[in-house]
Amino acid sequence: MSKLPPGSFALNADALNRMMPMHVRLAADGRIIGCGSTLAKLLDNLPEGQDLIGRDLFDTFELRRPSGLASMADLHVHAGEKLHLTLRGAGRPLAFRGLAVDLADGAGMILNLSFGIGVVDAVRSHGLTDGDFAATDLTVEMLYLVEANTGAMQALRGLAQRLEGAKQAAEAQALTDTLTGLRNRRALSLVLAQLTLGKSPFGLMHIDLDYFKAVNDSFGHAAGDHVLRRVAEALQSETRGHDTVARVGGDEFVIILPGLTETGRLDAIARRIIEALTQPIRFEGQTCRISASIGITISTQYDPPEPDRMQQDADEALYASKRAGRGQAQFHGSDGDRRRA
Amino acid sequence: MHGLINRSLQCFLRDTYGAAAWDAVVREAALGLTGFESMLTYDDALTEQVIDAAALVLRRSRETLLEDLGTYIVNQDNPTSLRRLLRFSGVNFTDFLNAMEELPERGRLVLPDLDLPDLELADHGGGQFSLRCRAPLPGVGHIVMGLLRAMADDYGALVLLDHLGPDGGGEVVTIRIADKAFTPARPFNLGVVGA
Repeated sequence: MSKLPPGSFALNADALNRMMPMHVRLAADGRIIGCGSTLAKLLDNLPEGQDLIGRDLFDTFELRRPSGLASMADLHVHAGEKLHLTLRGAGRPLAFRGLAVDLADGAGMILNLSFGIGVVDAVRSHGLTDGDFAATDLTVEMLYLVEANTGAMQALRGLAQRLEGAKQAAEAQALTDTLTGLRNRRALSLVLAQLTLGKSPFGLMHIDLDYFKAVNDSFGHAAGDHVLRRVAEALQSETRGHDTVARVGGDEFVIILPGLTETGRLDAIARRIIEALTQPIRFEGQTCRISASIGITISTQYDPPEPDRMQQDADEALYASKRAGRGQAQFHGSDGDRRRA
Repeated sequence: MHGLINRSLQCFLRDTYGAAAWDAVVREAALGLTGFESMLTYDDALTEQVIDAAALVLRRSRETLLEDLGTYIVNQDNPTSLRRLLRFSGVNFTDFLNAMEELPERGRLVLPDLDLPDLELADHGGGQFSLRCRAPLPGVGHIVMGLLRAMADDYGALVLLDHLGPDGGGEVVTIRIADKAFTPARPFNLGVVGA
């Protein structure tokens, strides 16, 4: 046995392997003369799977940083520093972190490798097990952490999605009239604010049922509620999908018709609505008869259109319809004259 | 109490005894909510209410329920199951047992507000161990015992477990490993989630 310099000690290959299963033993000329079991397993798994022993370090690995590492003399200069290496010839570049130290007898170096941050992928693609890492290595803890963290994130995402669903349902509920399923006054304000802000032209109809109080008085509130639901259905079927139909009071409704500013078309829609609402409604053997009075205004008559002002004008036109005998629609006129629909 | 624990309790009761049983427990416990979210935190008292109500409604002892809960949380099969996470702690049951003390730390690494029982393992030699469990929840030792039983199965170890009951410093569970490799362990692959 050769005599070792003071302060040095011998370690056999098996002991070294237990502590550093990814080491490479290098001869003074840069030939690989031994390697750890995990590194050997890794190379076995590569498609080109060839024996590492006897090959030149610099032919086998690309030493990327520090730059200019091309010989054992260069490696010796950087002994003890952090190295970045990639295995040549691997299908997907397999990156390592490395640390090389000189052997005490001057006969070569030991280069230890680790996967660095790529460890999770490396373990997956090479089927490494607990036994492939030194007992002191924290790789398995890192894998645990990645997996536990993924689980926790999934749970959080699930919670976030459920909360979002509940929030949307609550919002929809806050904008819906519970009796008829139509939009409510709050929803109407939002739509009006959006349309006036975006300067999109629209028509606005204010509808008030005629003789509704009589239905309530003679047949009771259940009949009244039934009539309101039928009215809601009729209003929705006489309007387009993107129109807003809102119930804004006991028997008052507002319809917003985006893009509709021609009096002719608005008039036709109003007539159809009145026609539909005049049809008798059956409820538990009784026949309920109502009608509707409508006031209409158009955003293009205002500069700028203001939601409050428009609703007030539509309301005035509505009362003009009521005064003129009900069951009809009138437009708010810019110069104060009202055209009868 | 961390929602994860309450949620596990809820899933255990629902999966083991049925949805109607869980509803009955909720009514009996007067929870004021229909279920727990695993990522929220709840008042400790709610957990107690659920356990008490479950014991009453299901006519089971608190000890049995808690031990079954411990087994249930390990045996749930989902991709990132607790079984898998626990298997990262050791290559065999003895190794796992020796890492039990780290359990609260392992939990906190992922969920900083997760308060797992404080565990202290004593090795008495010859495969005999005792595990002292300290937690605010009375009967926590039974949960730990259920968990150990399920993990021993997973590792294929034959073990004898006993709960010595509470003493001044927590609850003590004794473990005797009769055979470390009684049956083959369930497969566990480091890198393959779900294996």
